[in-house]
Amino acid sequence: MATKIIFSGFGGQGVLTLGQLVADIALNQGKEVTWMPSYGAEMRGGTANCSVIISDSVIGSPIVLNNIDILLAMNIPSVTKFFDKIKPNGNAFINSSIVTPNYMPTSESVNITAIDASAIAQKANNARGANMVMLTGFLKQTNLFTIDEIEAALQRRFKAKPELVRPNMDAIKLGLE
Amino acid sequence: MKILMKGNEAICDAAIKAGCRAFFGYPITPQNEIPEYMAAKLADSGGVFVQAESEVAAINMVYGAAAAGVRVMTSSSSPGIALKQEGVSYLVGADLPCVIVSVSRSGPGLGGILPAQSDYFQATRGGGNGDYYLPVYAPFSIQEAMNLVVKAFDVADEYRTPVMVLLDGMLGQMMEPCMLPEIKASNYDNSWAANGNSGKRPRNTITSLNLKGEGLEAMNIRRFKTYDTIKEKEIMVDNRVQDGDEVAIVAYGTPARIALNAIEMLKEQGIKAGLVRPVTLWPFPYDTFQNLTSSVKRVVVCELSMGQMIDDVKIGLAGKLPVSFYGRTGGMIFEPEEVAAYVKSCI
Amino acid sequence: MSKVVYEKSRGLTDNPLSYCPGCAHGIIHKIVADTLTSLDVLERTIAIAPVGCSVMAYEFYNCDGIQAGHGRAPAVATGVKRTNPDKIVFTYQGDGDLAAIGAAEIVHAAHRGENITVIFVNNAIYGMTGGQMAPTTLIDMKTSTSPKGRAEAGTGKPLLVSEMLAQIPSVAYIERVSIHDVPNINKTKKAVKKAFQNQIDGKGFSMVEILSTCPIGWNKTPSASLKFIETNMVPYFPLGVFADSPAKEVAE
Repeated sequence: MATKIIFSGFGGQGVLTLGQLVADIALNQGKEVTWMPSYGAEMRGGTANCSVIISDSVIGSPIVLNNIDILLAMNIPSVTKFFDKIKPNGNAFINSSIVTPNYMPTSESVNITAIDASAIAQKANNARGANMVMLTGFLKQTNLFTIDEIEAALQRRFKAKPELVRPNMDAIKLGLE
Repeated sequence: MKILMKGNEAICDAAIKAGCRAFFGYPITPQNEIPEYMAAKLADSGGVFVQAESEVAAINMVYGAAAAGVRVMTSSSSPGIALKQEGVSYLVGADLPCVIVSVSRSGPGLGGILPAQSDYFQATRGGGNGDYYLPVYAPFSIQEAMNLVVKAFDVADEYRTPVMVLLDGMLGQMMEPCMLPEIKASNYDNSWAANGNSGKRPRNTITSLNLKGEGLEAMNIRRFKTYDTIKEKEIMVDNRVQDGDEVAIVAYGTPARIALNAIEMLKEQGIKAGLVRPVTLWPFPYDTFQNLTSSVKRVVVCELSMGQMIDDVKIGLAGKLPVSFYGRTGGMIFEPEEVAAYVKSCI
Repeated sequence: MSKVVYEKSRGLTDNPLSYCPGCAHGIIHKIVADTLTSLDVLERTIAIAPVGCSVMAYEFYNCDGIQAGHGRAPAVATGVKRTNPDKIVFTYQGDGDLAAIGAAEIVHAAHRGENITVIFVNNAIYGMTGGQMAPTTLIDMKTSTSPKGRAEAGTGKPLLVSEMLAQIPSVAYIERVSIHDVPNINKTKKAVKKAFQNQIDGKGFSMVEILSTCPIGWNKTPSASLKFIETNMVPYFPLGVFADSPAKEVAE
């Protein structure tokens, strides 16, 4: 079984990094995994997204187009672009600090988790850590990985700057409260 | 230990480990990570990186470095590979080894930057002048891309020919787990190189010029004898068709993975299909198609193009079996469901 | 006992030159070959031949040689020099090769300040292909593609390559010389020597533009051709040093 995940947001919100972090966790679980960015002429300011597929067997196309299992959306355009492509009983983790109630989608078949990620990150004194707070969606709604696995992945990622692990973990923990 | 790496960057690490000493390139999406990574990494390992003024200049810098006897690489994407064809023909004509990584996008013309396989003809038939071929490797995973880059350097040196590694844009851009391959010590003779004779040997000259018809014909015949050896020894094919399979799906690169997913779906629907994945696009594994197991009644070729490799499949089959084609182009990628539905519609 | 008073340059092979009678390529080859010999660098030199009349130059210089695509010699030289910084690398290019099809390659080799030597032979015509107009063909000069003489309208004025390249910030040395008489041949020898010495000293991109003849393409006798340089070429292509500011930083 493959789990198809889209991480989407504004360029600069850290969605590509977040996708890589999750892919790295999957790699360390011994899974097959692919990470694929959208790439294009717009380098800044536009909507950035990446596809991550985690599977027990060989992964075909690394690009997720339909039948999304999990959408992690950090802004309104991401919801507009991908929400309708989530498969029945799929999950949407939506940054409700930016996707205000007027824009928050409703659905009978998709399990929506609103996460006040930007606000929580501010509260944790880590304004750039909103992407990390979004990981709480996975922890609450899926069995893909644990908080300890996130910490281990952050330690691998910030091998050269270990002081960055703590503030990110603090933001995640505040998000779980 | 496996690490998560982007295809374009993994290729660079493999090349450097294989002894690549020089890289000459020019920016073009979707292969920019290659020159960027080389600019940082190659210099650190004592090599040479130059960002050229054009793809034409870059391939001619490759020609110079190859003529001087060092392991050298360039990379580009579709319109940029088109510009390099002049230099590729010269490299062949002067019997110079090098590795060319082609990360193809969609065309023709400026086309688009999304992944495609519409440069199969460009890779296997070339656009440079003269009688020539290049060995062309088409990996379907990042690990295989790393392994084949290492192999490409060895094959280039062994047969004194440029070698191409052809990726679709997906493989270049995506990340997946991989590890650096082990490198066998390779010690190829480059006593032919024009790098200054130091008074120790007669002077060496590197040229593709031969104004005498007999001389040039002899050179071409000699080169085609080398091609015969390459055909004998270097063909690589991943043939997963088993006895009992009704359909052989032929695909290379990332689409071969999509085909594998489609084959699983077909199996659930009671249709037995198997994959034939050419790994060398030149020399093409023609014999595989003559020797397909007798249960196979139909061949379906899947490409991200309007149909290019299908010509080689038809040559291989020589009319033995019906051939159908399913393709998407312009950067559109087929999904396994589409491929499965098409295969089902053929039988 | 006889005494050697003149001998063929050790910098040239025994291959007979392929040039037309009266062509000045032979003079220039000898100057370059003598320079490489006197600087004692022949055994670590790689000559890059162009496309054009001197396409076979790699057969004439008694050192390693590489034949390059049309106009691409500076790019090829870059590939050789960067991977072999301790070797001496020079290109030998004509005006069609360097100033037309290879304009981008020469500009950017100069722009990068490549530590190479460029011998640019300007005889204002495409010789090998049959006397067609070059970027450096003089106004009113008849060629096979300017049968009524080059007109400014539509073909522009002759390209002043040395002046143009001298504008590039990273060049070390650019001089235009001529071979139309003995004093000028002696100046050419000095310029060529300096262009190679610069490379040995790591000073960067050095080019000598040499005004030369094409008696066949110009439809003139060899001596009238030499006179034509003096009376027609030099007034338009002034001789002299256009850049002489060794680069501070050169790629290793």
